[in-house]
Amino acid sequence: MEKNLHIQDDELQLLLNDVMQKYGYDFLGYSEASMKRRIDRLVSIDRFPSFAEFRHHLLSNEAYLQRFVEEITVNVTEMFRDPSFYRVLRKQVLPVLATHPFVRIWHAGCSTGEEVYSMAILLEEANLLHKSLLYATDINPGVLQKLQSGIFPIAQMRQYSENYIESGGTGDFSKYYTAKYNLAKFNESLNSKMIVSTHNLVSDRSFNEFQLIFCRNVLIYFDKPLQDKVLGLFDESLETLGFLALGAKEHLTFSPIGKNYQPVNGREKIWRKMY
Amino acid sequence: MAENVLITAKRVVAIGGSAGSLDVIIRLLPGLDKQLGYAVIIVIHRRSQQDSLLGNILGTKTDWVVKEAEEKEPVIPGYVYLVPSDYHLLVEKDHTLSLDDSEKVNYSRPSIDVTFESAAETYRENLTAVLLSGANADGAAGMQRTKELGGICIVQNPLSAEVSYMPEQAIRQVAVDHIVDAEQLGKFINDLLKNG
Repeated sequence: MEKNLHIQDDELQLLLNDVMQKYGYDFLGYSEASMKRRIDRLVSIDRFPSFAEFRHHLLSNEAYLQRFVEEITVNVTEMFRDPSFYRVLRKQVLPVLATHPFVRIWHAGCSTGEEVYSMAILLEEANLLHKSLLYATDINPGVLQKLQSGIFPIAQMRQYSENYIESGGTGDFSKYYTAKYNLAKFNESLNSKMIVSTHNLVSDRSFNEFQLIFCRNVLIYFDKPLQDKVLGLFDESLETLGFLALGAKEHLTFSPIGKNYQPVNGREKIWRKMY
Repeated sequence: MAENVLITAKRVVAIGGSAGSLDVIIRLLPGLDKQLGYAVIIVIHRRSQQDSLLGNILGTKTDWVVKEAEEKEPVIPGYVYLVPSDYHLLVEKDHTLSLDDSEKVNYSRPSIDVTFESAAETYRENLTAVLLSGANADGAAGMQRTKELGGICIVQNPLSAEVSYMPEQAIRQVAVDHIVDAEQLGKFINDLLKNG
């Protein structure tokens, strides 16, 4: 059986400290087990013979940094992921947002933006998109370029269309994109309301106040102290009575901000800031 | 309940399976002795809707606490943790669990390899990895890593498996420690941990 390299604890600490000092990217609060896997995977894909060579290459080639950041963070996302979550957004959150003259939403750690487009479609169907702004941020500049292009593989549209219908969508999902070859390009009207920027949840500050913040399947990659810190950042960035939406397996139960939040619905991970 | 007062498990039995493994798990769970002070982690490939159903089914078969694994929760003796569908489960050095929604491995999420490899890193010789019936090669690399780090590898006898491919692959690729018939697995694991 093929022998893969496995990064050791001390090598991991050394590497992450170097990346922090040389490039200012702080991954020290990321969950270790997952981080090790990502690094082992990258070392194997890019065929480095040893960690020493990998580390040397990363620290002496700034051009490789973007690939490093993009590959060790997880960029798996889909449109209308967990359709029942979007059903609750439609029924219980959008009617509240509709009462505001202006709607500001932050998708933190949005990756290639499938979720941002899903939300734009929801807002369009509730006739709210014209008065909304969707701030889409991620640590990786590369994934944000994909988001801005609005182009996704056509092969996924069948699944997304099923998710859309399950989420309570009643229109024809295909009206939101134009198919060409093996790609689907989403209508410009959807991304005209998106403001796209890099933002590092570990080191960057709050930059606005929102009525709804999404951060789904990002906190699972952080250790407990970093989770609490980032939740504090969201708390600072959320209006009173605003909504916080997390991934299906993430929760506020043991976090310091938890006491000020109430679940909107028993099952879905959407909370409302009460104080 | 403060996490720092809990005593985490010093030993773990990780069980992986795919097609044809649920029946085996249902039969082996009642045989496991809760008093031996280990925790069990179960990774089964399945469709996402069955999460709570599976917990309920297994919960009625044993006096262990059967629950879906939650992220950053400590691994406690006497608990059976089910890996939720659509996430990989990893074990941290401090004996807590992490979930991960990265790319599928062996067309699977959860992947047995991901959990076995990470449990092996943390538990080393205190990990017992058990691979059951299935139609996929997932689990073999995890068995390999378990072996390298001093853990014990048990494979369901392919002749007693509904789908023999998965245990066969592991046996072909890894010098596993024990090959055991489905009927004997519960007692075998128990005896092993009692004497180990």
